[in-house]
Amino acid sequence: MSLASASLDHASRRDGALNGDALNADARREARGMLALLSPGLFLVFAVIIVPIGWLFWLSLFDESGQLSAANYARFFEQASYIKTFVTTFKVAFTVTGACILLGYPLAYMLSQLPRRAASICLIFVVLPFWTSVLVRTYAWLVILQRKGLVNTWLMDLGVISQPLPLANNFAGVVIGMTHIMLPFLVLPLYASMKTIDVDCLRAGMNLGASPAATFRQIFFPLSLPGLASGVVIVFVLCLGFFVTPALMGGGKVIMWAMRMEQTTSLYSNWGAGAALGVVLLGVTLALLGLFHWLLGARATGVWSRR
Amino acid sequence: MTKRLCINGLALAGLLASAAVPASAADTITVASWGGTYQEAQTKAFFDPTAKELGITIKQDTTNGLDDVRLQVTGNAVKWDITELGADECARGSKEGLFEKLDYSVIDKTGINPKLVHDDWVGISYTSVVLIYRTDVFGDKGPKTWADFWNVEKFPGRRALSGSQATETLSVAALAKGIPIDKVYPVDIDGALQSVDKVKGHIDAWWTSGAQAMQLVKDGEVDMASIWNGRAGTLKKSGAPVSFSFDQGVLTADCMVIPKGSKNKDLAMKALAKFVSPDLQANLPLYVDNGPANEKAFETGKIPPERIKDINSAPDNVKKQVLQDPAFWRDTLVEATEKFNNLIQQ
Repeated sequence: MSLASASLDHASRRDGALNGDALNADARREARGMLALLSPGLFLVFAVIIVPIGWLFWLSLFDESGQLSAANYARFFEQASYIKTFVTTFKVAFTVTGACILLGYPLAYMLSQLPRRAASICLIFVVLPFWTSVLVRTYAWLVILQRKGLVNTWLMDLGVISQPLPLANNFAGVVIGMTHIMLPFLVLPLYASMKTIDVDCLRAGMNLGASPAATFRQIFFPLSLPGLASGVVIVFVLCLGFFVTPALMGGGKVIMWAMRMEQTTSLYSNWGAGAALGVVLLGVTLALLGLFHWLLGARATGVWSRR
Repeated sequence: MTKRLCINGLALAGLLASAAVPASAADTITVASWGGTYQEAQTKAFFDPTAKELGITIKQDTTNGLDDVRLQVTGNAVKWDITELGADECARGSKEGLFEKLDYSVIDKTGINPKLVHDDWVGISYTSVVLIYRTDVFGDKGPKTWADFWNVEKFPGRRALSGSQATETLSVAALAKGIPIDKVYPVDIDGALQSVDKVKGHIDAWWTSGAQAMQLVKDGEVDMASIWNGRAGTLKKSGAPVSFSFDQGVLTADCMVIPKGSKNKDLAMKALAKFVSPDLQANLPLYVDNGPANEKAFETGKIPPERIKDINSAPDNVKKQVLQDPAFWRDTLVEATEKFNNLIQQ
């Protein structure tokens, strides 16, 4: 294809000696038209994303007396709790992402192998939680997991355990609650990418003598990686900004960055104190996205735009 | 057509009259409070009677606290004429210059604790932080004092304290060290932090909202907790096996302010004067467990004597409790809260 377009290009340039100016003018007009069509969107992005983020950054540079200072950033090093909550945030995000992969990959694989009708019914069950409020789902988990909740009561009645398991109001509770909420964000892009894998490739592999396990490992799995990567990126980034679930399931012992932001905003009289936290989270998130991009290639992070 | 419009208008006005007195925009003020059952009680106790008496309309909104006021005042977009806050928030907001000066020739301050009467804010009601325990775990031999709460050998069990209200938890921690109630303020912050440090390994949850504290106790997730008396009362009334008293409670006040730049300042002043008047203050405990800020309310005869003993700000109960000093926290809150967070956040 590239060869064809190159030769076409070459031909048009040779012929274009006659009407090159007109063609160039046309191309410029088209580019201008495109820009004009894009401008409302670009303006919107500029007005509602770029400007507020710039403003946030600007605010974070002023201390309580309105003076330009680095006080809001220095605080992260003076007060140990900031670093602790930052580390907790990433610990939670990594754990939840890992749990989502372990649960989500087999689920998406099963969905992709089911007949279309069965798959769409099962997909409804994956998407269903999306339509329930996060708050309601989190409270439901609390009812299920707490000391006198369903799980502990059943296990104790069955004699499996003698002491209630600590499943709520701690790290485990946060991870369970968040995994439930995040799972569809991993399964959906993964399922979409698995559906596009050409079955003929798998058949060819088997035909050439590979065992089903080898076919999966050497053909299916690598082809599903871009979908997995994009799911992982979405889940991880959403986890970093989570508020409701850790606030309710963490029992005040698992403080994530977003909760810290809320505390800081009400504690200090300048917006900069909270803004600085936002800037740091944004910076780290962008850096991580860059790292993902570099590690997994543009295909991973850009998988949705490709489609 | 004009006639029909008139009749319709009259009918409409008649309909509205039962709910609120129709008034022009100039005769309307907006009051913000915490929402929920507390604001419903305030509506019956303060807002409706005031609207009727002054012939104005009182619109309502809910607030998240000082940040909301700060946002409105610094953004030149003040939409509230009166808003409720915690007393330490009032003290801090006052330092930041967020409120209008109050006119005490309009507002009668007699009966309100002088610690809650300031140039630009005034006390409106009290909440108490009390020790609650489950009677199905301890019978009636549960922890009665904060020293008991801290005593994990004598009272084994799961515990919760407030993680969001550092001021309250530090006051409680000072009491746990055996400091008498009249010596708690000014709080020795480092001493109180050491006290928190002693118990923190035994705390199973640091609650961040009243609803959460209630849920923790109700579902038996913890056996004892610090909790706001309104929530504790609700639990008891709902039949939960719990016990609490006002002994060693921490009495925290709520206050009301007129945000700087309010468009109906004068009217708001008149309404606020009504809210803190003994007559309307006496209505509050008829609907909710938060006690009136004006102690003259207990002399109006409106509150039944058997109810008075359950009200946290009744003179007999006040004697058993520590009054949280807003002026103290105005200057120390930020530093104390940061230190407290460093201690409890893992």
